[in-house]
Amino acid sequence: MNYLKSEEIMELFQNRLGKQAIIDSRIETKIAGIKKNTYQVIWIGVKPNFFKEAVKILVELHYPHFAIISGIDIDKEIELVYHFSIYYGEKGKEISINIFTFLSKDNLNIPTITDLIPGAQTSERETKEMFGVNFEGLPSLPNLFLPYDFPSGVYPLRKDEKGVGVKVSEGDEVKKGE
Amino acid sequence: MSNKTYSIPIGPVHPSLKEPMTFHFEIYGERIEKVHLAPGDNHRGIEFMGRQRNPIQIIYLAERICGICSASHPFAFCQAVENAMGIEVPEKAQYIRAIIAELERIHSHILWAGVAAHELGFDSVLFLSWRAREEVLDLLEYLTGNRINYGIFMIGGVRRDITSEQITRIKKTLDYYKEIYGKLEDIFLNDPTIALRTKKVGILSKEEAIQLSAVGPTARASGLNKDVRQDQPYAAYADLEVQAITPEVYSGKVNGDVYDRIVVRLLEIVQSIQIIEQCLANLPEGEIVAEEKLVKLLNLIKKAQGEGIGRHEAPRGEVIHYVKLNQSELPEVWKARAPTYNNLMPWIPMLIGQQIADIPIVLASIDPCIACMDRVTILDRKSGQKNILTKDDLHKLSVEKTRRMAQ
Repeated sequence: MNYLKSEEIMELFQNRLGKQAIIDSRIETKIAGIKKNTYQVIWIGVKPNFFKEAVKILVELHYPHFAIISGIDIDKEIELVYHFSIYYGEKGKEISINIFTFLSKDNLNIPTITDLIPGAQTSERETKEMFGVNFEGLPSLPNLFLPYDFPSGVYPLRKDEKGVGVKVSEGDEVKKGE
Repeated sequence: MSNKTYSIPIGPVHPSLKEPMTFHFEIYGERIEKVHLAPGDNHRGIEFMGRQRNPIQIIYLAERICGICSASHPFAFCQAVENAMGIEVPEKAQYIRAIIAELERIHSHILWAGVAAHELGFDSVLFLSWRAREEVLDLLEYLTGNRINYGIFMIGGVRRDITSEQITRIKKTLDYYKEIYGKLEDIFLNDPTIALRTKKVGILSKEEAIQLSAVGPTARASGLNKDVRQDQPYAAYADLEVQAITPEVYSGKVNGDVYDRIVVRLLEIVQSIQIIEQCLANLPEGEIVAEEKLVKLLNLIKKAQGEGIGRHEAPRGEVIHYVKLNQSELPEVWKARAPTYNNLMPWIPMLIGQQIADIPIVLASIDPCIACMDRVTILDRKSGQKNILTKDDLHKLSVEKTRRMAQ
């Protein structure tokens, strides 16, 4: 198998997506053991409209192992970090690739990647429930980690979330807190 | 669905494991046609709790994500913080971390073997394997002070050293496992009834494993050559020759069934013993932690800015932690992902086409870290009639199937 170096992978992303699509990029080298072997971690920040294309490049390169989506609430934006790794199967060849993107809270839309990587469904559903991010193309499925009757519009892991309102009597509808 | 199918919800409490998780099965006769997963009964909001704690306190919270993986989560978490801050871990600490992690793997795999035997109706094997597990728990208590939740990990190293006196004791325990391993292998891999119940049951193909991002023994049993210790060696694993174990090593071919998952886990016990022996033979001298004074460490954390990921191959598969520090005592974000999270989706292809009596062993076969059951409700959609199957009924169905096949 033909393995690309981290620098070459980075170059590939820059060439395919264009300079304007990439917000930030860096390669980290980590050292381990007495023999001081190294492994590399790549971080690439892309604009949301180029995000799907970035994942496509990765899938063409080597079908990646998808780990998880980390969501971060940064004031008016939500940052999503997708953790992938490629080139597994051989000693010391694996490279971790983290693709991150920033979504404005007014427009929390990002295309789903479940058509490319079906295993991402669990994580997309979790991010949808916890942060209210809408994954375009993800079928509408019941809540995975929150109760099925959890009030809509309440996103527990957002930092500005006030929580669920007080339920006074049995017949009351549960509302968003204030 | 055709009106001939029945819907069976299983869970939140159920027989294959002692943790809550709900499954909804669409059944045609005895055959499973469709599966819907509904986890979340055990969601404790640990990542949210982490927001009110500093990274040193989070280590102990991470340890309590799971009672069995109580070395794996702090291992990955400490690595994530170290990567974010740029701390280099002393060599000796890297080795001690690997030793504790491998001891944990031995106890976890033997625990699983016992559970699997119980699901099939071999309670004598459950007692035998759990008796064997006691030895490693005693050793962990001797080394760290606790049978579980070891409290040995620290950002930048470990909290307790392994002395030469303790090495003798570790070797003694490893010898015990070498002795008993032959017996375990004989019971699990050569017993005709176990083979009947587990071969060609709960199959996951390699393509499905890749596409659904399966991890750990579940992925390896389907022939996917994937192990973080091999692919991206970290800590002491970088010095060792760790190879991902696939069932080919034992039987020459990959079926991706429950039997193959047993093979992979049993062989990994031997692999763990070898890793510990290599670690003990090459154990370097020196410091065990990069920064001994916690106040100083906390001050460094307060000044740090950056993000990092930490990965570790836990007994059930890859665990990954992500930490972002932003010049504050509290981390900006902490995300933890346990292996079962990625192994949720592979459950679906495994269960489809199986029988109700196979549910416990197939569910248990990925060694999930969430789930369990008290009763099953069989709902006849046509008549609306409900039959409640208790945990014991479902367990009985599984045991009866074993008996039938053994005759």
